[in-house]
Formats: sequence, C-alpha cells, structure tokens
Amino acid sequence: MKLEILSNVILKEDHYLLELSAPQDFKEALPGQFVHCRIEDSCDPLLRRPLSLHDVDFSAKQGLGIVRVLYKAVGRGTQLLASRKPSMSLDVLGPLGKGFDLKTLDTKKKIFIVAGGIGVAPLFFLAKQLAARSSGRPVAGKVVVLVGAKTKEQVLCEKEFKKLGCDVHISTDDGSKGFKGRVTDLLKELLPSTLPAGRQALTICACGPKPMLAVVADLAKKNNCQAQVSLEEFMGCGLGACLGCVIRTTSGYQRICHDGPVFDAGEILWRG
Amino acid sequence: MTARSLTQGRSYGEGEHPVKPRLEVNIGGLELKNPVMVASGTFGYGDEFADYVDINKLGAVVTKTITKSRRQGTRPPRVYETAAGMLNAIGLQNNGLQDFIDNKIGKYKNLKTKLIVSVGGETNEEYADIVSALSAYKEVSAFELNISCPNIEYKDKIIACDEGLTLRLVKEVRRATRLPLIVKLSPNVTDIAQIAQAAQEGGADAVSLVNTLLGMAIDVKSRKSVLGNITGGLSGPAIKPVALRMVWQVHNRINLPIIGMGGIMNARDAVEFMIAGASAVAVGTANFVEPKTSLEVLEGISDYLCEHRFKTASELVGSLNVS
Ligand SMILES: Cc1cc2nc3c(=O)[nH]c(=O)nc-3n(C[C@H](O)[C@H](O)[C@H](O)COP(=O)(O)OP(=O)(O)OC[C@H]3O[C@@H](n4cnc5c(N)ncnc54)[C@H](O)[C@@H]3O)c2cc1C
Ligand SMILES: Cc1cc2nc3c(=O)[nH]c(=O)nc-3n(C[C@H](O)[C@H](O)[C@H](O)COP(=O)(O)O)c2cc1C
Ligand code: FES
Repeated sequence: MKLEILSNVILKEDHYLLELSAPQDFKEALPGQFVHCRIEDSCDPLLRRPLSLHDVDFSAKQGLGIVRVLYKAVGRGTQLLASRKPSMSLDVLGPLGKGFDLKTLDTKKKIFIVAGGIGVAPLFFLAKQLAARSSGRPVAGKVVVLVGAKTKEQVLCEKEFKKLGCDVHISTDDGSKGFKGRVTDLLKELLPSTLPAGRQALTICACGPKPMLAVVADLAKKNNCQAQVSLEEFMGCGLGACLGCVIRTTSGYQRICHDGPVFDAGEILWRG
Repeated sequence: MTARSLTQGRSYGEGEHPVKPRLEVNIGGLELKNPVMVASGTFGYGDEFADYVDINKLGAVVTKTITKSRRQGTRPPRVYETAAGMLNAIGLQNNGLQDFIDNKIGKYKNLKTKLIVSVGGETNEEYADIVSALSAYKEVSAFELNISCPNIEYKDKIIACDEGLTLRLVKEVRRATRLPLIVKLSPNVTDIAQIAQAAQEGGADAVSLVNTLLGMAIDVKSRKSVLGNITGGLSGPAIKPVALRMVWQVHNRINLPIIGMGGIMNARDAVEFMIAGASAVAVGTANFVEPKTSLEVLEGISDYLCEHRFKTASELVGSLNVS
C-alpha cells in the first residue's frame, strides 16, 4: 500500500524520523513489527527494506493514524529514503512479523528495555504501549530503559522515554555521555541490585546488533529471567515465503520476518 | 515500463470492439487457464501471499522444492542484493515429503488453479519416490523436477549440467508417474539446448528455464562472502537477457513447450519471453519486490494480446520476427 509521507526530518548524524499517514490496518500493530518498504519503483534498489514501527499514533481527532519510522542512513536504500519529501508516497507492506509478546510481560515485574544504536527504534513503541497499559499509574521504577550509543551525538529518544515516565540510563562507547562502555556492561551493573536471589522478578526486552543481543541473552540466562530480543537479517519477501531471513534456534531455522523479528532469547542459538 | 503503459495511446475505432483474447495454454498435457505462474521457491506454498494475490487467478502455483527427507538449509546470511538482482543460497530448506502430505497438501483442496509440485533429490530414486507418492493426490496436477541441486549418486554433480545424468533421471522419473513432467533447466551450462534435448528424450512433457545463475559477492571489510554458503544463485532483472536468449535457443532445438523465467518484472518482460518461445512464464524475484506482480503481468499480457490483435496467447509463442 502507498502511504503518504507527512514528514521526513534529520534528527542527528544520519538518523532520520519519517512520518507516514497510516490506514486502519495499523491500528492493532504491535511493537516489534515492521514495514517492508519499496524505496524505488526501478530496479535499484531492487528489494524492499525492513524498518521497524517506531510509533503508531491514532490519537488524532479525525481517526487518521500516523506511523513513525526511525532510521539510520547506512546504504543506498536508506540514503535514498532520506531524500524523500513530504507529500510523496512510500510503498510499504505491513505491519509484518511477530512483535513483542506483551501478554507475557508481567506488569508486576520490572521490565528492562535495552537499546543498542538504532535498535532503539522499535523499543520506543514498546515503552509507549507499556505506559499506556499501566493506565495512568506511573511506570517509573517499573520500566527501566537503557540507551546505548557510540557517542553523545547518537543518543536517541532520551527525552521521549523520560516523557513516558521511564527510568532512563545512557551509555556511550566513548564516555561522552552517561556510563562509559557498552550498554550490556551497564545492564550488568544494574541487574544484580534489582534481582531478589533466585527469583525471576524481571524481564528484558532488547534490540540492537546481534553480538549485543547474545550478551543480553547470556545475562538473562545467568539471572534466570526471561528476555525477548528483536533480531535483524537481510530479507527477501518479508512474508515468510523465501526462507531468506533465518536465524538458528533450538527448533531449527526460523524466519525472522514471520516467526520473529522478536524471539525468546533462550530459543536462539547465538553461535549458529 | 509498467504493465499499464503497454496499451497507452491505444484507441479503438467506432463500432470496433477488442475481442477478449483466449489465454488458455497447454503445457505438455497440462491445461492452464492462463500462461502466468510463479517460480518455485519465491512464493512459498502459496498461502504466504494470500493477503496480496488471489492465487486462483494464476495459471498455476509452483511449490517450493520438496525433498524426500527434511532439509535444514544453508547457514545464513542467505540472501543479498546485487546490481538489479539478488543472490540466494537457501539450500532447499523444507520439511520433507511426509510433512507435505500431512500438513500442506490438504490446504490445496479448494484450489481453483493447477498445483505444480517442485521436486528435488539427492538420488534418482528419491525423485521417483516423491513423484510416485504424490501422483496419488488429486490436488497435484504436475511435477517440476528441480535438477539443479547436487546429486550424491553421481558424486555431487549437478544433474542439469550433464546431458547423460539428465537423460537417466528423467527416464527413471517418467516411469513413476503419468502426470505431466516439467524439467527445470540450469543456465550454468555451455549449451542449454543440448540438456533440453536430453530431457525431451527422457520423456519430459515440458521444460522450464532458467534456474538461477551461479554467482557470489564479497564484503571487502571482512573479506568474507556475503552469503553463509559462499556462493549462491543470481536472479532478478540482471539475468533476464541471458534467460531470454536461452529460451530462444531451446525453442529452436526442441518441440516441447517451454515455461520461461528469469528476471520477469512486468508484462513487457513476460511478452518478450513468449515471443522468444515460452508458452508460459513464471514470476520469481519480482514477487518480493511487489507481491502482486504475477497478477499485473497476467493483466498486461491480456492487454498486449488485445492491442496486437492476437486471438489466443499461443499465437504469440515463438513469434519472433527474424526477417
Ligand atoms: C526487522 C527489521 C527491522 C529493522 N528496523 C530498522 C529501523 O527501525 N531503523 C533502521 O535504521 N534500520 C532498521 N533495520 C535495518 C535496515 O533494514 C537496514 O539498515 C537497511 O535495510 C539497509 O538498507 P540500505 O539499502 O540503506 O543499505 P545496504 O546498502 O543494503 O547496506 C548497508 C549496510 O547495512 C547493512 N544491512 C543491510 N540490510 C540489513 C538488514 N536487513 N539488517 C541488518 N543490516 C543490514 C549491510 O550489511 C551494510 O553494511 C531493520 C532490519 C530488520 C530486519
Ligand atoms: C530465494 C529464492 C529461492 C529459490 N528456490 C528455488 C527452489 O526451491 N527450487 C527451484 O527450482 N528454484 C528456486 N529458485 C529459482 C527460481 O524459481 C527462478 O528459477 C529464478 O529465481 C529465476 O527467476 P527470477 O529471476 O524471476 O527470480 C529460487 C529463487 C530465489 C530467488
Ligand atoms: S524474508 Fe522471505 S522468509 Fe523472511
């Protein structure tokens, strides 16, 4: 379907926020789901590019929805997308894939949201849904967000998470803001103090590069808590048909576009 | 060029009504209501595309290749985009014959088009076993033998790259079924028409071509191949001229109907394949780019036939003007 571009602006260094007008199809969309975007009508780029739902907003009066996409221009497709202007349209399929399992996210448990780089994109939508679910009760102390970036300039969504009432912690690789080091090291520091011994009292939701998610999965296992991770792989169809986007799991190769992108961290064979 | 623009500018004179062309084609005994199908491995088992395509409108649906036992497939990454094309190395991941019978075939009960099952194997016997087992199901209309996978029986040789192996395989599978047998040819050969001839001699009812061209791409930062399997198959618009030339060559050498494929993105591409000698066409990679491509191609072929006063799709087949 062709969605109208409402705005497409640069936020920071190569990071863009795209707003699309959304039809009703997106009303029930879940955090972690994505849209598969056709950037050009020609053969270059040929394949669609998957981009997560950063926010879905149907709060406007006329029932008109907005889909937001937060993306980093890394190659030809995303760079071309960055040049698209409002009132042009973008051809998308979606919402696609299996999002975060909100049902198993126990509201009584503490939820750690861990973002690595552009992995923050789907996690804002997740935090927003968690905040909405607590219907007015503050989420402070309940939803803890860790935002990891290379440098201060690349820290995304800090304000937005705070606005939702989440506890926000920042880490940068160069120490220019917040904790100096990896976001998983920060997670390690924050975890033990919040974990009553032997009890699975928290859940982790994470998105970022695969090596980071592997560490998150390991920490979750050691602390005996559940973790949901959102994974990436190159995609063909995005519809579960071509088997091009698989990840090795305890039950064989699973399709990231259809069985994921969100998986239980314990199911993934990280060295596969 | 889009399917629509094929007929742009055409206006009919007064009292002149375009006659709806007949789209039916016969592929070696297999009656298709129109010449447009989808290529194996690019459309799953059909239901994955149900939200986008009414598959009953297609001439036929071709399944992902099925093997006798379950295959887990190759190590990811499995797909990668290249200039106007893509590389893939899926490694025929599928759950095997029994799972197809138990869990998939039932879904085709109310199918209003033809189901062609793509068959792969490591030995000739495996091909024959699958074909013989599935011939009993009324849902199955024909088989496409994907002979581009390595054959263990002949020391990892690709069957479709060897005349003798192709002949022997087709002969053996021929004995296992009365349903139409389509043999899918590989473009990774010196003379594809020679292999097509072997398939004809072995008793094939039709040939389909082309499968993917072997290729690779390297990430220079890591000096690793972009694919887990190192090499893969190239498909998409990049291979269309090669595929088209091969259809033309095969058309000139054998008498069997041809299903043409390789980089078909729109109706004009499909019409080119038909002019070169393809009785039917299959849409592959384009399904990923736009899931509705197959139906757009169908509509565009019909428009083209109308515009150029063809009464039937078959008249177009092999009509290349070589004067
Ligand atoms: C489910 C899913 C959700 C995603 N959500 C977002 C998002 O919200 N925001 C965002 O900025 N990016 C997201 N991505 C990654 C995004 O799809 C890629 O960055 C994009 O496809 C790159 O296209 P390109 O043409 O610009 O780059 P290319 O020229 O194709 O590649 C440039 C670089 O990006 C890497 N790359 C390309 N495709 C992918 C991919 N699918 N996954 C990981 N790396 C890739 C390549 O290895 C290469 O180094 C998501 C990926 C997936 C699978
Ligand atoms: C992701 C992918 C998977 C494929 N899997 C199969 C397969 O299982 N069996 C087969 O015979 N061909 C397979 N093919 C080849 C296609 O059916 C087709 O022959 C080829 O892609 C050329 O057509 P295209 O350029 O329109 O895609 C596959 C192609 C792609 C891109
Ligand atoms: S991209 Fe085709 S199965 Fe996931």
